[in-house]
Amino acid sequence: MSHQELNNIQLDVLKEIGNIGAGNAATSLSQLLNRSVQMTVPVVNIVSFDEMMEEVGGSDDMKAAVFVRVDGDVPGSMFFIIAPEEADLFIQMMLDSPSASLESHDEMAASAFLELGNILTGSYLRALSDFTQLEVIQSVPTVAIDMVGAMLTQGLIEISTETDQAIMIETVLHDIEGLEREMTGHFFLLPNPTSYETIFKSLGVQSND
Amino acid sequence: MTSVATMTKVGIADYNVVEYPNTIMTAGLGSCIGLVLYDERKKVAGLVHVMLPDSTMSRTTSFNGAKFADTGIQLLIDSLTELGARESRLKAKMAGGAQMFDVKSSNELMRIGNRNTEAVRSLLEDRKIPIISEDVGGNKGRTIEFLLDSFQLKIKTIKEGVTYI
Repeated sequence: MSHQELNNIQLDVLKEIGNIGAGNAATSLSQLLNRSVQMTVPVVNIVSFDEMMEEVGGSDDMKAAVFVRVDGDVPGSMFFIIAPEEADLFIQMMLDSPSASLESHDEMAASAFLELGNILTGSYLRALSDFTQLEVIQSVPTVAIDMVGAMLTQGLIEISTETDQAIMIETVLHDIEGLEREMTGHFFLLPNPTSYETIFKSLGVQSND
Repeated sequence: MTSVATMTKVGIADYNVVEYPNTIMTAGLGSCIGLVLYDERKKVAGLVHVMLPDSTMSRTTSFNGAKFADTGIQLLIDSLTELGARESRLKAKMAGGAQMFDVKSSNELMRIGNRNTEAVRSLLEDRKIPIISEDVGGNKGRTIEFLLDSFQLKIKTIKEGVTYI
């Protein structure tokens, strides 16, 4: 199935995945931080690889990323991407330390960010599994702080053997209560092309072919 | 008359060629390879941003050739030849082939950076195109720009700033 053939019902299903996944992650995060966390309505976009990089500020923009490889019934990749200085705000709340920073080679900060990534991606993917009743196995999350294009490409390698476009299921976390600055974290779920068929079938959505 | 140099931007799985005094660049290379081929006498250069080592990996029969090292190099040489370059005079510089995340996985595609590097080296060797310099591997993103006045490849990374090879 090529990406252009997705119909409205299928797009809605993918949006719902973004919705419940990020919703679950937002709930986990607000429990962790003991503050309310908002999220935006998910966007499902069929984009070229270059368009995807533009979406997060351009290929060589510096971001902090958590990457998880997804296996099982719906292989693919998942990212949580955030500006390093905004990641620091989360970390400072988690560690209750106003000086914690990812860029100061602070090991506590790095492990707090990994833990944050673990919680967010874990709860997102658990929701995906509950919703679809499919087996979702996630790799141990890894983090990096570097050019966003260089990091996101990791999630496009497998997709690129089949197509030049990615279906990007994107949800943004923002507006965390009690903060002066806005924080925006992006979730990207990038299923491999074959995973869509599996998801649609499991949810009883008619496939095109 | 003054001429203004322009910078041509090459996207992911894309290629292009330029003539002096223009420059050519690509941003955010991770496991991908940015390969520059240039002809010093004609002062022309081409850049391809490849994602994968070999076009046999494509699961579709029609595909974008710039995505793969083998077909990408061919496209680049063809375009450079059209600009008057000669294959026997071409030289190469390259960067990229990193592994951005330390993932423990049996999946070969998780370590694609090394395979891309090896594929490009071997394809260039087959064609007897010398690699003058390279900055490959590691776990860093790279943005590169090729300058036709000095034939230098400018490499920008987050941690190390700007270097020239």
